[in-house]
Amino acid sequence: MMHALKSREAILLGAILVLLAMIAWRFPSFVSPGNLSNVFNDTAPLIILALGQTLVILTRCIDLSVAANLALTGMVVAMLNTAMPGLPIAVILVISLALGAFMGAINGLLVWKLAIPPIVVTLGTMTIFRGLIFVISDGSWVNAHEMSDAFTGFPRLQFLGLPMLSWIAICCALLCLVMVSRTPLGRAFYAVGGNPNAAVYAGIDVGRTQFAAFVLSGTLAGLTGYLWVARYSVAYVDIAGGFELEVVAACVIGGISIAGGAGTIVGAILGALFLGIVKNALPVVNISPFWQLAISGSAIIIAVAFNAQTRRKPGRIILRRAEATS
Amino acid sequence: MSDLSTRHIPDRLESPARRLLKSWEVLLLAVAVSIFIANSFASPYFLNAWNLSDATFNFTEKAMIAFAMALLIISGEIDLSVASIIALASTAMGAAAQFDVSAATLVLIGLGTGVICGAFNGFLVTGLGLPSIVVTIGTMSLFRGISYIVLGDQAYRGYPAEFAFFGQGYVFWVISFELVLFAALAVIYGILLHKTDFGRAVYAIGNNPTGALFSGIKVARVKFILFVLTGLMSGVAAICLTSRLGSTRPSIAFAWELEVVTMVVLGGVSILGGSGTIPGVVIAAFVMGLVTFGLGLLNVPGIVMSIFIGALLIGVIALPRLVDMARR
Repeated sequence: MMHALKSREAILLGAILVLLAMIAWRFPSFVSPGNLSNVFNDTAPLIILALGQTLVILTRCIDLSVAANLALTGMVVAMLNTAMPGLPIAVILVISLALGAFMGAINGLLVWKLAIPPIVVTLGTMTIFRGLIFVISDGSWVNAHEMSDAFTGFPRLQFLGLPMLSWIAICCALLCLVMVSRTPLGRAFYAVGGNPNAAVYAGIDVGRTQFAAFVLSGTLAGLTGYLWVARYSVAYVDIAGGFELEVVAACVIGGISIAGGAGTIVGAILGALFLGIVKNALPVVNISPFWQLAISGSAIIIAVAFNAQTRRKPGRIILRRAEATS
Repeated sequence: MSDLSTRHIPDRLESPARRLLKSWEVLLLAVAVSIFIANSFASPYFLNAWNLSDATFNFTEKAMIAFAMALLIISGEIDLSVASIIALASTAMGAAAQFDVSAATLVLIGLGTGVICGAFNGFLVTGLGLPSIVVTIGTMSLFRGISYIVLGDQAYRGYPAEFAFFGQGYVFWVISFELVLFAALAVIYGILLHKTDFGRAVYAIGNNPTGALFSGIKVARVKFILFVLTGLMSGVAAICLTSRLGSTRPSIAFAWELEVVTMVVLGGVSILGGSGTIPGVVIAAFVMGLVTFGLGLLNVPGIVMSIFIGALLIGVIALPRLVDMARR
């Protein structure tokens, strides 16, 4: 089992390296360390969101509201910053984390307490959150000159050669890795998604675990909301429109099974990096950015078909082992 | 009485009339009527034949897809790519219209694109055994993505004059062609779901796919047909919408899948499959049309309306469950 999962990430890593080699063959400057760190920084929001989405999908749910959550949190902190330019960044960060967690908790409660299917809940909250941005902002934009320098400068702060945005993505990834592999909650995500009935008998509260996944996903979306708005120095109703699909795509490409219980954090990160490299390479190899959507869509379909193929293997391997031992 | 024992058996069954009164459809009809009355008080422009006729355009195209989507959801699958199929079908028609083809050819191209897209979804789900939620999230990006590749930031215009009839034509007085088509499709889908073997098979599959398979129903084939039907209806909606707008942009019908699913769920179709009716979906279409039209008359912007739609979607599913919890 572990072996098959490991090879899955190896295949994806191989695909990424082949992709990079193909681009480097024509455009060597694309793989210079400077440009690669730019690509990583550009992919950082996608990585952070994919981490949260992975936890949610592991528990057999899906969170389509992450992009709207991001946009609403981003708008709230941008407006706060405009109203109170003196507010320290630490406070802004806490507010965005809390607001994101709150929105995630709404999703989680509806799924946990009312047992409404997650796709319906998050489709609904997605539109509600987007609508709320319009209500609070009156449809207007918050532009760069209205934001304080500290606010927009934070994600760009350089530390050991990488911007803060990249470091935050790395920290989130490490935290998720540790949580998923070393804490009871992390293991519960797999247990709930793998077999909910067995999870109940093992003393795990399925609904509560799903709630936790939604809260974590929302928290990460809130954090990304601030980082996104600060990095692009603009907040309006439609920022990150349709980004939730890219996040799901990153997870599916990373080998997270939509049926729950299977997939790794490393896979999700590699999936996000794959999409990020494609996105950044398109203009370099002179393909119109309008191709991006169709490429993501094809990548989702190919990846999910690929996942279905590999999913059949573990059963056979167990059978083969059982036959060998008998 | 019910708290005496969970196994309490009533002396006699509820009369059909009482059961009807308690049904979701009747509740929904009451909601529709009250919204209608509230609207006519809220705005003096509401009770006007032409205004009401205009209001039907708010839901006819979405409802056409909702009928097929209802069957698909009852069978336990879902198609989130419908709005993108509209975009692709509209783009195909727009591209063809640049070569001065007849309106009839455009219609065939629109329907054909819908059928091909639906068959593609159906093949991925039933042929390869993939989960329909992810597949159609993927094809949702793919289909609209192709429109973006073809059109970019451009738009197609220049549809033939006869083509305008499908979205702008009136059959009789204020009765538009779209409204007639909507009514005809409602009857066709109502008969298909409630009066044919095929309809019974759809319910059977939604309630227990394995059981359905063992009772001789060709589960994969039925699901495939449902995906094709949903694609076809998206093609029909694409023809009406393109004809009504007179132009095609890749962002056409953006996020409609949400409203279509909301309409189906609001109509009392269980998102988990196995239950729901076409009359319910028809009434839900009117409820959503009246709400958006009424709010529009009160100058509420579209994006704020989407808050109501989102809340409606969650609310209609949450309400019965909350009532259930309160009773216990």
